[in-house]
Amino acid sequence: MGWIQNRFEENLVITSLDWALNWAKSNSLWPMTFGLACCAIEMMATGAARFDIDRFGAGAFRATPRQSDLMIVAGTVTCKMAARIRRLYHQMPDPKYVIAMGACTIGGGPYFKYGYHVVKGVDLIVPVDVYIPGCPPRPEALLEGLMRLQDKIRQGTIARPAQPA
Amino acid sequence: MTAAEVAELLIARFGSAVEPAPVEIHPGVRVAAPVWPAVARFLRDDPRLNFNLLRCISGLDLHPEPQIELVYDLLAMRAPEAPGALWSSGGELAVRVTVARHGGRVPSVCDVWPAAEWHEREAYDLLGVSFDGHPDLRRILCPDDWVGHPLRKDYEFPKEYQGIPSAAAAAEGAGGCGVSR
Repeated sequence: MGWIQNRFEENLVITSLDWALNWAKSNSLWPMTFGLACCAIEMMATGAARFDIDRFGAGAFRATPRQSDLMIVAGTVTCKMAARIRRLYHQMPDPKYVIAMGACTIGGGPYFKYGYHVVKGVDLIVPVDVYIPGCPPRPEALLEGLMRLQDKIRQGTIARPAQPA
Repeated sequence: MTAAEVAELLIARFGSAVEPAPVEIHPGVRVAAPVWPAVARFLRDDPRLNFNLLRCISGLDLHPEPQIELVYDLLAMRAPEAPGALWSSGGELAVRVTVARHGGRVPSVCDVWPAAEWHEREAYDLLGVSFDGHPDLRRILCPDDWVGHPLRKDYEFPKEYQGIPSAAAAAEGAGGCGVSR
């Protein structure tokens, strides 16, 4: 979208286009399967029948970063995994979003004090859009985090470059 | 066979290199490191003993004594007599081998029990015990460029790893990933 940014004032055409693009982006967030630890179980429950993340359009979990828009980091991030997370984040095409799910990805979680090999929060490695607290968060909490991310996407506009997280 | 009977058998054959170690929750024997491969092969191959399964290798850091004790948890599995019956146990044994903390080397038992390969790598990674004759002795849990052996009692937590700050630095507010959108 670089060619269209900063060329127009916000007018009727841009706002309608924004509305349509944001509607499309927010209702088709394809997550990358990134379950690292226990939060992955709750993410699987969210993808299953009872809580059904697919009704938000986010049910197509892609195994490859090249085809996904959303990286739900679900689980403890170890130092060994940190380099891989950074690499996979850079392999995702724009526009991309990151949800930090669970206490471990927010600030180290229960391993904050004595975890010698735990990265104290995935925001030390990748920029995060939405934090979902919980250990693990219930599937309803993950769905609320997803809805908050959808709200964040709907506020975006192509008339300005994307704000840093 | 009970652990005491096994100890008698081993002492009769290997002499003073083997002592009984009657720890209540995990009875077994204590073996000197140099004869350990020969004792291991005897434990596995002798028809009365048949300790064919190495369940676990645990390491004890005996800080402040400058020693590390390795505990090999052995089980004698007995195949079922008839098809459909259950496997049974012919006895359990805990073999304790003590080595020096700094520069201690233990002969590897990978060729006796293949399960030892990964367990010995873990003991090397987390406690710093080196194994002679191990085919591939490198870290298994921590990254290859990790400094130190984390499960030692005098381990100091690192301040950072490859630019990622640890808990102490993160608490001071040195956070942020440096990746812009």
